Amino acid sequence: MQHTISVIVENDFGVLSRIATLFSGRGFNIDSLSVAPTNEEGLSRMTIVTRGDDQILEQINKQLNKLIDILKVIDFSDGSAIERELALIKVAAEDDARAEVLRIVDIFRAKIIDVTPKSYTIEVTGNPVKIDAILELLRPLGLKELVRTGSVAIGRGAKGWNG
Amino acid sequence: MKMNGARIMLECLKKEGVDTIFGYPGGTVINLYDEIFSFKDIHHILPRHEQAGTHAADGYARATGRVGVCIATSGPGATNTVTGIATAYMDSIPMVIITGQVPTALIGNDAFQEVDIIGITRPCTKHSFLIRDVKDIALTMKKAFYIASTGRPGPVLVDFPKDVQIAQGEFHYPDTVDIRGYKPNLSGHPRQVEKAVAMILESKRPVMYVGGGAVLGGAAEPLTILAKNLTVPVTTTLMGLGAFPESDDLSLGMLGMHGAYCANMAMTHSDLIIAVGARFDDRVTGKLSTFAPHAKIIHIDVDPTSIKKNVRVDLPIVGDVKDVLTKMIKQAEKNKDKLAAFETALEPWHGDINAWKEKHPIAYKHSNTTIKPQFVIEKLRELSNEDAIISTDVGQHQMWTAQFFKFNKPRTLLTSGGLGTMGYGLPAAMGAQAAFPERQVITICGDGGVQMNIQEMATLVQNRLPVKIVILNNNFLGMVRQWQELFFDKRYSSTCMELPIDYIKLADAYGAKGFLATKPEEVEDVIRRGFAEDGPVIMEFKIAREEKVLPMVPAGASLNEMVLNA
Repeated sequence: MQHTISVIVENDFGVLSRIATLFSGRGFNIDSLSVAPTNEEGLSRMTIVTRGDDQILEQINKQLNKLIDILKVIDFSDGSAIERELALIKVAAEDDARAEVLRIVDIFRAKIIDVTPKSYTIEVTGNPVKIDAILELLRPLGLKELVRTGSVAIGRGAKGWNG
Repeated sequence: MKMNGARIMLECLKKEGVDTIFGYPGGTVINLYDEIFSFKDIHHILPRHEQAGTHAADGYARATGRVGVCIATSGPGATNTVTGIATAYMDSIPMVIITGQVPTALIGNDAFQEVDIIGITRPCTKHSFLIRDVKDIALTMKKAFYIASTGRPGPVLVDFPKDVQIAQGEFHYPDTVDIRGYKPNLSGHPRQVEKAVAMILESKRPVMYVGGGAVLGGAAEPLTILAKNLTVPVTTTLMGLGAFPESDDLSLGMLGMHGAYCANMAMTHSDLIIAVGARFDDRVTGKLSTFAPHAKIIHIDVDPTSIKKNVRVDLPIVGDVKDVLTKMIKQAEKNKDKLAAFETALEPWHGDINAWKEKHPIAYKHSNTTIKPQFVIEKLRELSNEDAIISTDVGQHQMWTAQFFKFNKPRTLLTSGGLGTMGYGLPAAMGAQAAFPERQVITICGDGGVQMNIQEMATLVQNRLPVKIVILNNNFLGMVRQWQELFFDKRYSSTCMELPIDYIKLADAYGAKGFLATKPEEVEDVIRRGFAEDGPVIMEFKIAREEKVLPMVPAGASLNEMVLNA
């Protein structure tokens, strides 16, 4: 089962490789990983989408907590977080297809960010299911290139991660 | 007062109470060594190989409970420490490894003797640091010692570039350290402790399963008190030997692959296992699906990742084992009224255990013509001092030592349990002897492993470290040969050490003494003569070549499917 974990880490030398080493060394999966600095100086936040049964997820949580550079592991159970992902999609668009692409872009509230006589480049934001859905519709028209950021997630409610 | 980074490093070690370090010089630590030359507060021992230096620091740490410290230069010096670091990591041994590094400006340029040692050791260190600025040395070292020695201990590597050693700075050692991502939970939760004692008092067939955590956590005393107060039988892992006296009636000895029949039967029939600082390693559990089928499990460990990693757990207690066991003693005292009934209810269980003990005790067939290795171990036990420290290498001799030496005190057995590192025994004994010059330190080795770090004979002689080296020589890599005999149709592929070595001459070459026994009647005399020597000694015993370690749970079999005679 897919699972989203947020990890607050010290912006220290090698912290990303410590986490990568942990996942590869223990045979845990990473479906996606995104990382960037937070509003607090010296701290970064990683969002890791992983997979496994309850026992594996518990181990992933504990093993992450054990790393010295990790301040907090936030394990998002179903519905407790809002997840978003951004994708940049280059799709072939000639003749009739040009209008079809625009219709799809409109339905998904996406944006055209680059245009040539033969293609559109689309920016779309949403939860990963939405991104999958637009891709499904665009795929028959000819996907030329796809970049996804991987999920980022934030907890629902008024509280921040540290209260 | 300004001083260079190398001197600051030594001042940090002094502040941490380090009295002995094991290190090997080289290009990127030459500045550090220039300071060591005139620094009188720390005793430096030069091993003959960095791997041995690391094992020596490990042996020092295991014997004393303090942090072991070693130094290696960059590149090959650093890579030579890797086996030693991994050995310490698997057994949770507190160590600080200081490696030289090329100047910071050259890092990443493939400079001479440059290697990314932090990258290489990342999976086998508890943490690691690269010091980039002379101002950071003191805080880094404070953190390194704190991380290495607290919570579940482990090795911490500090990479120390040459230019940082040369740079001038002020020395201020912090009194305390706060690492916001590292707050080990040491205090066991009172509610969990209450529940644990209640579960024990309801059980009919309880057994305490004790691992290395009890030794590392200094929990031997509360463990012994709790077990005796409740009359609960105790089995230990290889790493847990010494945490509970094997001379006690409640002791079942070691469990697992080469454990005692009674211990494995007790685990299989138990209705409550109280795991103390143990991690349900595959050598202990055998086949997981049939492990302890009737038992509820209480698991006490300072490291939450150990809990529910391999087996389901009914009651986890995260905390320092000493703290938790002490609380459990108090909690049991509150239930004094229930104790008599509990002990009566345990009588059939003790009856079963005694029957298993009698049915298949740890035993061997004595011989009048060839030396049985078990006989040598028994004689060593009989003739050694009560507080002797024993180290072993890895293989058959290690298991015979675990089965027959009968350890009664913690920190008297130094052995590579998790990683199973051949070549560990001799340098680990060297480290223990450096820590305790007056105590008897004996390393029990096979003829395979002893050759992996035999060069340390020179270190022993040079530093007057009177380690007694016992070689149980069967001219085989015996444990692998045993598996080949049992599971590979006696196809002894590359396990016969065909060239006989004259260990007596070898001892002589290093300026040490050597004694040889080839017959059973010579065993006692050789041990007595060896022990009587003031300096390091090799005692070689030509043992029965195809003697096996029994009983044995074949890999992948259930704990109660033991091969008792083969």
